[in-house]
Amino acid sequence: MAEKLLEIKNLKQHFNIGKPNQVKAVDGISFDIYKGETLGLVGESGCGKSTTGRSIIRLYNATDGEVLFEGENVHGKKSRSDLKKFNRKMQMIFQDPYASLNPRMTVGDIIAEGIDIHGLANTRKERMDKVYELLSTVGLNQEHANRYPHEFSGGQRQRIGIARALAVDPDFIIADEPISALDVSIQAQVVNLMKKLQREKGLTYLFIAHDLSMVKYISDRIGVMYYGKLVELASSEELYKNPIHPYTQSLLSAIPLPDPESERTRKRIVYNPNVHNYSEGEELEMREITPGHFVYCSEKEYKQYKSIYSK
Amino acid sequence: MDKVLEVKDLHVSFDTYGGIVKAVRGVSFDLKKGETLAIVGESGSGKSVTSKALMRLIPNPPGRISKGEILFDGRDLAKLSEKEMQRVRGKEIAMIFQDPMTSLNPTMKIGTQIMESLIKHQNLSKSAARERALELLRLVGIPQPEVRINQYPHQFSGGMRQRVVVAVALSCNPKVLIADEPTTALDVTIQAQILELMKDLQNKIDTSIIFITHDLGVVANVADRVAVMYGGQIVEMGTVDEIFYDPRHPYTWGLLASMPSLDTSIQTELAAIPGTPPDLMHPPKGDAFAPRSAYALEIDFEHEPPMFQISDTHFAKTWLLHENAPAVEPPKAVIDKRRTMSSNFAKPRLAEEVVR
Repeated sequence: MAEKLLEIKNLKQHFNIGKPNQVKAVDGISFDIYKGETLGLVGESGCGKSTTGRSIIRLYNATDGEVLFEGENVHGKKSRSDLKKFNRKMQMIFQDPYASLNPRMTVGDIIAEGIDIHGLANTRKERMDKVYELLSTVGLNQEHANRYPHEFSGGQRQRIGIARALAVDPDFIIADEPISALDVSIQAQVVNLMKKLQREKGLTYLFIAHDLSMVKYISDRIGVMYYGKLVELASSEELYKNPIHPYTQSLLSAIPLPDPESERTRKRIVYNPNVHNYSEGEELEMREITPGHFVYCSEKEYKQYKSIYSK
Repeated sequence: MDKVLEVKDLHVSFDTYGGIVKAVRGVSFDLKKGETLAIVGESGSGKSVTSKALMRLIPNPPGRISKGEILFDGRDLAKLSEKEMQRVRGKEIAMIFQDPMTSLNPTMKIGTQIMESLIKHQNLSKSAARERALELLRLVGIPQPEVRINQYPHQFSGGMRQRVVVAVALSCNPKVLIADEPTTALDVTIQAQILELMKDLQNKIDTSIIFITHDLGVVANVADRVAVMYGGQIVEMGTVDEIFYDPRHPYTWGLLASMPSLDTSIQTELAAIPGTPPDLMHPPKGDAFAPRSAYALEIDFEHEPPMFQISDTHFAKTWLLHENAPAVEPPKAVIDKRRTMSSNFAKPRLAEEVVR
C-alpha cells in the first residue's frame, strides 16, 4: 500500500456545544488519505462533508479527534511558524468562484498572496515570473494578472482559485465542490486541468462533491457520508459495483444518467434508517468487508455482509 | 396531438448601457398536450429568458420581446396587455422556479400562498380555497397538511418547500407548466422525489411541461422531446432518443461527451468543450458555436447554418448536414451510444420553414 499522507482519527466537529441547538456536523470519522491519490467524499447537503474538509485544514478547530499530516497533528497548540509551515503544504479550492476571490485585488495579487506570506520570491521580478508561470499552468494568459476577478467567467475564476492554491507548492489540496457552480461544458475543462496537475505535480486531492458521476470519474477511492458519519469507504470501482450500506445503495440509485433507456427502467431505492434495527449497546464502527472496502455497521450486520459479499 | 403552445421566431433583447444584448435570437418550437419538452443549454444560452418570455416576466425596460409570436389558445401572448396577461399567468401557464428558498414569501403562511391564486383565478371562497389547498398539499406528498398549512416557509426543508412551490403552480390545473431548473438546488435523493412527483402529477392532470435544465441525466429521465440551446438559438431538437442516441450537432456532441458516465474509466480524458460561451452583445457571425467547435467548417464563420431536418421530429442547425459537407467522426462517447433511428429520412433535408 502507498504511503499515508493524512490520517484522520475520530474527528468530531460539533457546533453550539452545550446549547439546545447543538449540531454534531461531523461525529467521529476516521480515514486515511494516501500519497498521490484522490479521495472523493460524497453525501447530501448537511451530511458534514464540507465541514470535514474545513476541519482537516483547520478552518475550524476540531471538537475532538486528530488529523495527522505526515505524522504530525494539525490541530492543537501551534506556534505561528509551525502553522505557516503546515499551511504551505495544504491548500483549499472553494466552491463558489465568485465569493472566494477578493474583488478589490488584481488576479496577480490574489495568486501572489501566498508567495508573499511565505516569502517564496526574493525580487519583484521573481514574484511576477511565478505568477505568470502559474497562470499559464492553469491555462490563462500573462495579461490576465492585471485584471480584476469580475472580468472573468466562472470557469476562469475557478482556474484562478486553482492557481492560487498551487502558488505555495502544496502536497495536498482540498477541493470543496470545485465544479458545482460551473456549466457542464466548463466542468470538464476544470476536472481535466485538476487531473493534469495531479499527474505532473504528484498532488493528493480530497475531492468533495455531490455530483456522483464526476466523483466516480476523478476519484481513486470514495467515502460516503450520512449524518456526520462515514458510512462506507471503498475504491470507486468497487463502491459503484458493490455498494453495501443501504444508504449508499439508495444514493447510487437516485442519480439520473444521461441515457434515456436506462432511465425508463431505473428503480429508485429509498433509504430508511430503521432497516438497521440496531439494538442498544451494539457497537457500530467501520468494518472491513472485503479488502479495502469498509462499511459502518454492527457486528451482526458485519457477519451478514461478509457472507454475502466476500466470495 | 394538439399543440398547446406554439412559439414562432421569438427574439428577446435587453437594452443596456453597453449595447443591446440579444439573448434569444429566433427560437421556434411547439408544445403538445401532455408532453414534456426539455430545454438544455449552459448559462447564457437563453433558455431561462425564453421561458420567462413565455410568461411575460421579462422586466421591461430593459428587456423586450423584439420580434416573434407566442401562440397560446389562439392568442398571441406577446401582444397581450399586462392586465390580460395576469389572467393567463398562474392560471393557464404556471411556473416553478429554481430556488425554493426565494420563490416563496417568507412572511406569508404557505396555506395563504397556495390559496392566493385559487381565490384570484377560480373565484373560490376562502373556506373552499382552504379545502383545495389541503388537497393540493396532500397531492404533493406533504404529511400532516392540516398542521403544515399554517406554517411559514422557514419551517420547511428545501425539498418540502419545492413541493409547496409545485402545489402553488398546480393549484389552477394549468395547461402549461414551466419548470426552470426545479431540482438544481436540491440533493440527488430529493431531486429524484420531485421528478417522480412531477411525472406522477402530469399523468393525473395532463399538463404539458417545459423543463429547463442543464443536467442531461435529468433530461433523459423526464423528457419526451429535447431542445438544445446555444447562443440564444435552438441548435438541435428531437425526441429524447434522437438527441441521446443519434445527435447531429457538434455542440450536442460536446455536451454528451463532456459528462462522464459511470463507466468512464479514470484514464480517459474528458472531452471538454474549449473556450467560453459567446458574447451576445456582439453575436458571432455565422454559426455561434464555430469558434469553440473542432468540427467547424469555413462556411461556419461566414454564414449562419439553416435548420436541417433528419426525421419528422429531429432538427439540427449545422452545416455538417449539408450534402457538400465532409463526413466527420463524432467524439467516441457519442459513437459508443449511437444507434440507427428507423424514422430517419434517407438524407437530411432543409426544414421547410427556414428559421432566421
